Amino acid sequence: MSRIIHKFTRNVPDWQPRVTPVKLDEATPEQLEALQVTPSNTKVSDYVLTLAHDVESLKVRSPLFNGIMYDKGGLSRAEREIGALGASIVNRCIYCAAVHASRHAQLTKDTTVTDELFARGEEADLGPRDRAIFDFARKLSAAPSEAGPEDMAALKAAGLDEAEVLDLILSTALFGWANRLMHVLGDPVRKEVTA
Amino acid sequence: MSGIWTLTSVAEAGVSESGPVAEAVTLRANIMEMTQAAEEAVLAPADCGAWPADLRAALAARIARLNGEEQVAQRYAARQQGQEYAALADPSEDGTSLGLLSVVSFMDAVASTPRDIAAEDISALLTAGIADADIVRLCELNAFLAYQLRLIAGLRLMTEAAA
Repeated sequence: MSRIIHKFTRNVPDWQPRVTPVKLDEATPEQLEALQVTPSNTKVSDYVLTLAHDVESLKVRSPLFNGIMYDKGGLSRAEREIGALGASIVNRCIYCAAVHASRHAQLTKDTTVTDELFARGEEADLGPRDRAIFDFARKLSAAPSEAGPEDMAALKAAGLDEAEVLDLILSTALFGWANRLMHVLGDPVRKEVTA
Repeated sequence: MSGIWTLTSVAEAGVSESGPVAEAVTLRANIMEMTQAAEEAVLAPADCGAWPADLRAALAARIARLNGEEQVAQRYAARQQGQEYAALADPSEDGTSLGLLSVVSFMDAVASTPRDIAAEDISALLTAGIADADIVRLCELNAFLAYQLRLIAGLRLMTEAAA
């Protein structure tokens, strides 16, 4: 029976690469540096070992990801997760959606928003601010030209200021990037149960 | 900080130092700088693997055009030093004449309909003799472009809304 998961879930699955990841004992010094492998830290995920094939991108990626999702000011962390989630739902990246739905649930201490999004997608019953954020993320993810002035106006009407809108654009766009790695280079699989 | 106004993502969106979106962009100047570093890492890496910089620039121009971004396409295309891959910047050219049909069709699909990519798409590239590392390189190029083209489109909407 296939372990591959096809339905959205907040339970973060394992990720199984479709290409052969870099083998740690064959990694170049530059790869080891980008992987931040030290004698006391030798645990690296298959995903990061896969990305280590393109070490220059891997090096710039981590600080950029952290900056967009965690830097102070601007949009709240939970609302940045809705941007990530909007992209991941459009692109059907089950793994990314699970990670960022579970973060949203943790940050808001509430599962209703992500339950709604997974159950009903764009028909989800959301508050006006989440509605505007999700709709913008969904459209920008489908194609850059799908988001229009009316979506920008809806964000402003929902109370987002310019710094918040920019953070939403960034988190949504970032997951256009992440989804094209996670969903394209591997499969989300049920965790092996060890008896 | 004064350098951010000429970065690809900022300049192509029409954001200027004296314009309405300047304050928000300045708050995220570090992100804009790191975005430019990521652009260099996919378009002109020190180790290009199987994909020379000119091919990367042509594919970037192609993907910008697939997303309706003609001006950004021209900016990417201008990075080419020669003409070997220039034809690929036109989305109607399928890459057959350069022996790149499988690469070009994969890039188009990842750019436009990533949700439909399946394990078979990757195994087809492996069967065609493309190395694991070169598949990852193609995905990183494509994935970065998806990000940058959306950042540009979003920033442009902000600029227009504030005008």
